[in-house]
Amino acid sequence: MGTTQIKQKVFVANFDQLPPRIGREVVVEGRKIAVFRLSDDRVKAIGGVCPHKQGPLAEGIVAGEYVFCPLHEYKVSLIDGKVQEPDDGCVPTYDTLVEENKVYVLV
Amino acid sequence: MTKEKLLLIGNGMAGVRTIEEMMERSPRQYEITIIGEEPYTNYNRIMLSNVLQKKMTVDEIITNPLQWYEDNGITLIHHDPAVQLDPQAKQVLTAGGQCIRYDKCIIATGSRSFILPVEGAELAGVLGFRTIDDTLQMIEQAKRYKRAAVIGGGLLGLEAAKGLVDQGMDVTVVHLEKWLMETQLNEPAGNLLKKDLEKQGIRFLMEKKTTRILGTDRAEGLEFSDGSTLEADLVIMAVGIRPVTGLAKDAGLCVERGIVVDDFMATSAADVYAVGECAQHNKMVYGLVAPLYEQGKALADRLTGRPTDGYKGSTVSTSLKVSGCDLFSAGIIRESDDVKGIEAYNGLNNSYKKLFIRDRHIVGIVLYGDTSEENRYYKMLRNETDISALNPVTLLASADDEASESVAQWDDADTVCGCNGVTKGTIVNAIHTQQLTSVADVVRCTKAGNSCGKCKPMIGELLTHVLGDKVTLAPTGICGCTDLTRDDIVLQIHEKGLTTSKDVFRELGFRNAEGCSKCRPAINFYLNVTFPNEHQDEKESRFVNERMHGNIQKNGSFSVIPRMRGGQTTPQQLLKIAQVAEKYKVPLVKVTGSQRIGLYGVNKEDLPHIWEELDMTSASAYAKAVRSVKTCVGANFCRFGTQDSMGLGIKLEERYEYIDTPHKFKMGVSACPRSCVESGVKDFGVIGVENGFQIYIGGNGGTEVKESQLLTTVETEQEVIDLCGAMLQYYRKTGNYAERTAPWLERLGFEHVKSVLLDPEQSRALLAELDAAVAGKRKDPWTEVRNNEHKEKELYTVGRG
Repeated sequence: MGTTQIKQKVFVANFDQLPPRIGREVVVEGRKIAVFRLSDDRVKAIGGVCPHKQGPLAEGIVAGEYVFCPLHEYKVSLIDGKVQEPDDGCVPTYDTLVEENKVYVLV
Repeated sequence: MTKEKLLLIGNGMAGVRTIEEMMERSPRQYEITIIGEEPYTNYNRIMLSNVLQKKMTVDEIITNPLQWYEDNGITLIHHDPAVQLDPQAKQVLTAGGQCIRYDKCIIATGSRSFILPVEGAELAGVLGFRTIDDTLQMIEQAKRYKRAAVIGGGLLGLEAAKGLVDQGMDVTVVHLEKWLMETQLNEPAGNLLKKDLEKQGIRFLMEKKTTRILGTDRAEGLEFSDGSTLEADLVIMAVGIRPVTGLAKDAGLCVERGIVVDDFMATSAADVYAVGECAQHNKMVYGLVAPLYEQGKALADRLTGRPTDGYKGSTVSTSLKVSGCDLFSAGIIRESDDVKGIEAYNGLNNSYKKLFIRDRHIVGIVLYGDTSEENRYYKMLRNETDISALNPVTLLASADDEASESVAQWDDADTVCGCNGVTKGTIVNAIHTQQLTSVADVVRCTKAGNSCGKCKPMIGELLTHVLGDKVTLAPTGICGCTDLTRDDIVLQIHEKGLTTSKDVFRELGFRNAEGCSKCRPAINFYLNVTFPNEHQDEKESRFVNERMHGNIQKNGSFSVIPRMRGGQTTPQQLLKIAQVAEKYKVPLVKVTGSQRIGLYGVNKEDLPHIWEELDMTSASAYAKAVRSVKTCVGANFCRFGTQDSMGLGIKLEERYEYIDTPHKFKMGVSACPRSCVESGVKDFGVIGVENGFQIYIGGNGGTEVKESQLLTTVETEQEVIDLCGAMLQYYRKTGNYAERTAPWLERLGFEHVKSVLLDPEQSRALLAELDAAVAGKRKDPWTEVRNNEHKEKELYTVGRG
């Protein structure tokens, strides 16, 4: 059941140009998306704006599967987009795709 | 429906607390007006001695700022005392001529210093010690006068004396009684206190009755009943306080020592209540904060229509620290036919205790020097514990198990914060239900600890008890990922030869394999300092500012602050900055606090282009690193200048720019002691004098202002520059990441740091070490990005879909 929505494939960067644990911001139709290459080379994408004070999550420090917002250190999961205790809130998550050294985010 | 009008006369601790209690019960039930005499909003009077002793600022003791009145819809009539109360017409007149009508009125006018009615009491230089203004005047006068006499050897007098001694005055305390603090202490304890205070430089004249203050325009001394005199140009009256009851008396209310109230704080006039130090309940007038707050609660219940048994009087205990001497006193402390005492004196640690017993119960306690057992005894007193099973020796012995009984073992009903009457149960409940994790949280939510603050360690214990790991681990480790301290970590980095943060996290068993935003930059810094050549700086562990070489702003944009050594610039630079600012539509151009020009609100993508067009280098105005050097124009232009401050500032900046430090490292060079660049609040401050340069270190103008301390005076610029390098390296090696030099200096001890830096051999070695560590690394990051077409510029790319 449910509707199948056709998702748009948006190019982010070449995989080898994405340094591990340093975020990259992509703007798709006005929406900011933060894309991260983790230490184990998985690529994750979440909404790029911290729900607390709209900090740019792509600029945060990445540790394991979390990013820390550079403004007030909100800790956000790169897997499910949830803000970690003691704060709360969440950001959307996006699927990503790596094909022939090219990284895409599906929107 | 119009609300009832509630008028509070008096903007002090008891009155405003009553309003706060009412707000908690029933916010906005009344239209509230507060009349305050002083030009300050509600403040914590208990902390005045800390202001005098320069441990706190006036701002820090303000409990309710103006915003609080606004937020709660309270009208504040500021700095305009009430002068007339008319209970029939239900209105109050202020000195400024305002007439305020009320439906309910609370008098909380508190008390005033009692000024001895002796000749000369009105002279300049005679002060009470009761208000912020009194305190500020004392601080001011201490600068100009040398000899102070404090009349009164009670708590207030001793605190005043200590504060004035700290400010360099010769202080004599004049006391009428045989020993100090005679209402709280017995003779042996009072004498111990006197001895300890004498060691701190306070002099005492005991059993002296002041009969006259000498002087014509200004106080010049005291004359006593025995005919002897004492020279003094500042006289502090601290003989006690008197309830302020004039307004009530004139209005025809029943007034004895205080304004007489019933159990519901109602006065003899309809709809007029009194609370606090001005009120007299059951023959008692209280001067301590705990009873006043209890009265406030009873009154708040009454005014908001809550069922209440009213106020039943308070048992008073005093737990105090007078100038670093701990003492505790409660209940009846005089022996009589039915009250007998047992006492013990420990000459090893100069501590004394005495318990007063009646009918197998403790009815009074005096502890001096060691008050660790105050809770044990006070509990016995309050619970009327039958002590017949304990012989005097066991009672007095510091029975370790029982005595050091942790607050965790207390009953829920036991009081942790005596000032605010907060029980253990209330605190534990708040920790659970409101997920509190720090002492500050608990203070904010329960008010426990927000008056005298003495119970804060117990609050800490309770937090640990309730939350277990969540708080016990945090204080020792540098962050939640580890229990290891900075010293542990740096030691292990050395011993195990760890050269990457990944190794550190693995070898030292961090709970998170990649750390967190707190420890990652710290470990990266420690590795850089320990193994400057072996460790590869980790960009991904740098905070965004140091990764992007700009200060991130609240909207995610950045600042661009070009280097202008010593604050010196050229018309060409200014033209270029202006052109760039216009071309890139920079939203804000501002002169910074450290004499540089900042472009604010720059988009990330524009950064490399702007740097390219400016063709200037970075001032590091975003980094935990050596920052810009502030200078005055100096001897070349200024008629007071003794040295070329600008020249030296430029040399210092050139010599040490782009070196990372635990926290930002700010410098200033002034050419004369007028110190126009505020060298006194710089991490490294230089003041030029005729014969050389004074060097000051450890000043901080940030969150906590700290005055720098004079390290030494040297003759040549080269010595200044070398000492600066030695200090930088010592700070890099021993500082905690994110620790400014002021707390660093405090932690290591100024004398220690001084001895290291002024030892020629150690100083030279540190400088050599610094030079070796940063050789080839002091590069302008903007130029690096401009020269690195691919890898670096990638960082400034934003994708567009």
